[in-house]
Amino acid sequence: MSQVEAREHHRFQAGGADFVYLVPSAAVFQLDEPSRAVLDLLAGGARALDSILESLAGRFRPSEVHDALVELRGVRAIGETGVPFPKAAKQLPAPNFPLSTMVLNLTNQCNLACTYCYEYGEDKIVDTQYGAKSKFMNEETARESVEFLIKESGRSAHLTFFGGETLMNFPVLRSTIAYARRRAAEENKEIDFSLTTNATLLKPEIIEFLAENRVGVTVSIDGPKEMQDQFRVFHNGKGSYEVVAPKVKELLKRHTSRPIGARVTLTSRTLDIRKIFRHLREEIGFWEVGFAPVTTAPGRGYAIGEDGFDRMLEQFRGLAFEYRDFALEHRHHGFSNVRDTIEELHKGMSKSHPCGAGLGLMGVSTDGDVSLCHRFAGSEDHKFGTVKTGVDRLVQIGFLEKHHVDDKTDCNRCWARPVCAGGCYHEAHTRFGDTNHPVLHYCDWIRGWTHTCLEIYGELAVKNPAYLRQFDGEEQHEASHVS
Amino acid sequence: MKHLTSVNRKAARMERAVTADPDVVALQRPGGGPQGPHIPLGCSFVFSPGWEADSSGGTAGLCQPVERDLFDCHSGCFWPAQVPDQLNHAPNWTSKCANAQKDWRKIDLVFP
Repeated sequence: MSQVEAREHHRFQAGGADFVYLVPSAAVFQLDEPSRAVLDLLAGGARALDSILESLAGRFRPSEVHDALVELRGVRAIGETGVPFPKAAKQLPAPNFPLSTMVLNLTNQCNLACTYCYEYGEDKIVDTQYGAKSKFMNEETARESVEFLIKESGRSAHLTFFGGETLMNFPVLRSTIAYARRRAAEENKEIDFSLTTNATLLKPEIIEFLAENRVGVTVSIDGPKEMQDQFRVFHNGKGSYEVVAPKVKELLKRHTSRPIGARVTLTSRTLDIRKIFRHLREEIGFWEVGFAPVTTAPGRGYAIGEDGFDRMLEQFRGLAFEYRDFALEHRHHGFSNVRDTIEELHKGMSKSHPCGAGLGLMGVSTDGDVSLCHRFAGSEDHKFGTVKTGVDRLVQIGFLEKHHVDDKTDCNRCWARPVCAGGCYHEAHTRFGDTNHPVLHYCDWIRGWTHTCLEIYGELAVKNPAYLRQFDGEEQHEASHVS
Repeated sequence: MKHLTSVNRKAARMERAVTADPDVVALQRPGGGPQGPHIPLGCSFVFSPGWEADSSGGTAGLCQPVERDLFDCHSGCFWPAQVPDQLNHAPNWTSKCANAQKDWRKIDLVFP
């Protein structure tokens, strides 16, 4: 060990302590004084061991520095100059990786006409109006889809209903749940259900059904009236807030068997996260609220531009620190974005692919085509097979092989890649016309957000480690976040 | 570990991997430290770093100190060393040599 240098890592401070996030392992270690001093020294470039011991001689005993070096080397935070980082071979998930979440597009029709919608708006992939795809899924296709899920899943399976507006096909939804429950019981598998809706079609009997059947509900809603009515409008242009708000309140009152979340689309014109959060969490009463910036080609009026991302990050940070203050007192806050990221950080997830699409999650179009995810449902270019004939494994493996983070050269120097792995395929497709393109317009935002969550994570680890125990269990399944 | 505290689950796993006693230890351990007696199972049976490379990944530290190499090669492994092999030919070759640094003169020549 003659000369040593720092390996890829990201430093952060929280709760009065120093931490290091290692890349690509995604391990988080707290540093003590000697180990911090060593990393500080190496931030200036490679050093000879003697020179490190000499520089730190006044502050620490040589044996302390030596031990710190050995530990840092053991966890690969530092390494010998010229010795390449022991790179793990590019691994693809096992070929029999179970399908855990199937997203069923019950219809591709919607009673709203949200101008930013990725399914109907300017950036749509599939022609849902004049295209060849059925507008509604029939009962037979839904049952075949259930059979497909039962066959492809492991011990437990999640079935998520999606649209269009999901509740426009409520009869098929109802019969499919009954059918899936029966089939899962026969095959000795666990199954649960969730859906995403714009809430316009909720009525007492539907709410009753959802509550009784413990169907998880995510409501797409953008905030108070002036924000909701900007984009979430009926076909005649009328805003939907007045219709939606009372129905959501009714839903929250009656449906208490599962926590109900709101999912907000952020645009350049509705970028007031605190206000939206206050309204949805406190005034309406959602259990949690999650935000995502609108997916759009560049240049659309509602697209969030460069300075918008800075503003968004600033607001996200503010709300995230509020989450932290709640968590320090073991209180529920409801900002789901921070919760989700902290869970990934706690587990030390280092992803080969940005999400489970095409792996543990697949989308099914109205006529039974299986695709990468619900956002690509019905797209011939992103089809993996059909629920009847099954998945073409060669197509699936080809996709996963091509989209592995190791092959995304833009990402291979980025410290946030264990969490991001290149970003959403659909976002990339809409922005760059290629699912394999890293979402470069997001990079600063993703790094900023990951850093914020690391700070919160570190502070919780120091001040209230018991809070983090809740993330020790199994993965949260993705069904609850489908949007 | 004394200087690094694992925080997340991945770090805890790394710590276990780094601090776990390997079942077959090499001739030299990174960081030195007290080492108990050990007998390699034989370098042709297991991947045993330390026989191929020293703790810095090079070859300069191999077979050091020589006394250590003598016992390791005699007791479990015979391939590269110019020592009799205990398993087949010279089971008692080192029986009078409890401490090689002191008793090395008691080790005699062996003819096959």
